Amino acid sequence: MSDWLEATFVQQRPRAIAALTRVFRDIDLAEEAFADACVKALTVWSQDGAPRDPLAWLLTTARNAGLDRLRKSRRRAEILSRHTEEFQPMPAETPDPDELRDDVLRLLFICCHPELERRDQIAIALRVVAGLSVEEIARGFLVKPKTMEQRITRAKKKILSNRVAFETPSPAERGTRLGEVSLMIYLMFNEGWSTSAGPTQMKLTLCEESIRLARLLVDLFPAMGEQAALLSLLLLQHARRDARIDEAGKLVALDDQDRNLWDGANIAEAMGLLQKAQRTGHHGIYVIQATIAAAHARARSPVDTDWTLIESHYAALYALQPTPVVRLNQIAAQAKIHGPHHALEALEALKHDLSGYRWFHAMRGGLLQETGDQRAAIDAFETVLTLAPTEPERVVVKNKIRISQKMLDEM
Amino acid sequence: MIFAITIYGEAGVFEALPKERQDEVLSGHTALQEVLAQRGEFVSIKLMPPTSAVMVEAAGNTGAAPLITDGPFSETKESFLGFYAAEFKDLDEALEYAKMISSPVARLEVRPVAWAGGAISSE
Repeated sequence: MSDWLEATFVQQRPRAIAALTRVFRDIDLAEEAFADACVKALTVWSQDGAPRDPLAWLLTTARNAGLDRLRKSRRRAEILSRHTEEFQPMPAETPDPDELRDDVLRLLFICCHPELERRDQIAIALRVVAGLSVEEIARGFLVKPKTMEQRITRAKKKILSNRVAFETPSPAERGTRLGEVSLMIYLMFNEGWSTSAGPTQMKLTLCEESIRLARLLVDLFPAMGEQAALLSLLLLQHARRDARIDEAGKLVALDDQDRNLWDGANIAEAMGLLQKAQRTGHHGIYVIQATIAAAHARARSPVDTDWTLIESHYAALYALQPTPVVRLNQIAAQAKIHGPHHALEALEALKHDLSGYRWFHAMRGGLLQETGDQRAAIDAFETVLTLAPTEPERVVVKNKIRISQKMLDEM
Repeated sequence: MIFAITIYGEAGVFEALPKERQDEVLSGHTALQEVLAQRGEFVSIKLMPPTSAVMVEAAGNTGAAPLITDGPFSETKESFLGFYAAEFKDLDEALEYAKMISSPVARLEVRPVAWAGGAISSE
């Protein structure tokens, strides 16, 4: 029974904390009040069964618990000073979905405080919105719990100083918030997906939490194609989790992955979401990236990949995000269509911008290897090793050097 | 008589359960599907999360094309997750089988089917 109750609390937490933060204008008080309500629910629901609307029950109980705490709080004056009008505890009725939607968006947006480092934004969202423990977050970021505790405490202070408007946002303001929050969720996934050594399980938790948050956005904004596409994109990546690392813990390149290990349920859901997103006719950065990921997911084997479609979508992405890294990906797709010589020429234009980017040299090395210029390939791979690759990447690159060396020796 | 066992619950709660609890819930479904398969034709469907849904609504004007909207709008309460349909001797028997998939993550409803077509037929 208690596992199921815990699961319900996890599910309700973002909405509940968001609504309570609006009521109290204080995240700490909101978290304490929600915790009080969960403790009470453990007893009451176990005896009487769960209510049909768990969120409404938790909110009413938490609001009363919070009011109780506020009365006794030493920070009472400070908290009340944040309320522009007289403090109005919310009525005990089913929360209004529109208001709840803005509440959750606001809470996530508060976490994206511009003065916070991106990783601290992610950490605080994991702590406050997702409800992960400091230890769990520390493991995900491969830092000591003590360090993470300090970082979160500092970040919390900072976000409290930000007087984010508690009025209903204008459509433009809502759009801005949605964009910022989506980017944070996207980067949270990347943090989990990044290939550093360490306990993979906790890295996976970051990915799962970011998917949960992306799902929450789709829940709240069902008409927004970009958010459906973001969820689709994350699911398509996540589907490859078991195939991208072999039994020895080594990274497996996309071309070498056993596609039977891809999670079919994730892919099916992602395809449904992408089709829904594409219906909106607006092709933003997430729709384009999800379309590319879907092209990979659809290919039964690497040779079945529709590189022409992928190349054209990278071109479209480059029009929206003209960065050298997007261009690099586009050239990688061109290499599959036009061959390595053409791609190596195209890479020349990025030489300056990406000289310190290890993926640039890794890709160049791979292309040179294909053309048979093993000496130049080894040089490129050696450059990768000087650019602080992660341990699994180092293993992959060293292996490539060995292959080129062997070909040289046989010549 | 064909009975439907419809399943309602909060989307996302099952996913938040620990693996062992998920396996418990799933083993009930596997067992039910096995016995139903031995008995004859049946249908079982699990829907994707409500976030993947698109709504088709009749337009106000007669003759106008139906409206396609992205929805359903944020429901925090339970939603329709899936269903089974099979031939049962009577309500009591259908209820016995429904018990096999009873769990705290789902509310089940057993209801006689008025008409069915396709893979299983009420004809």
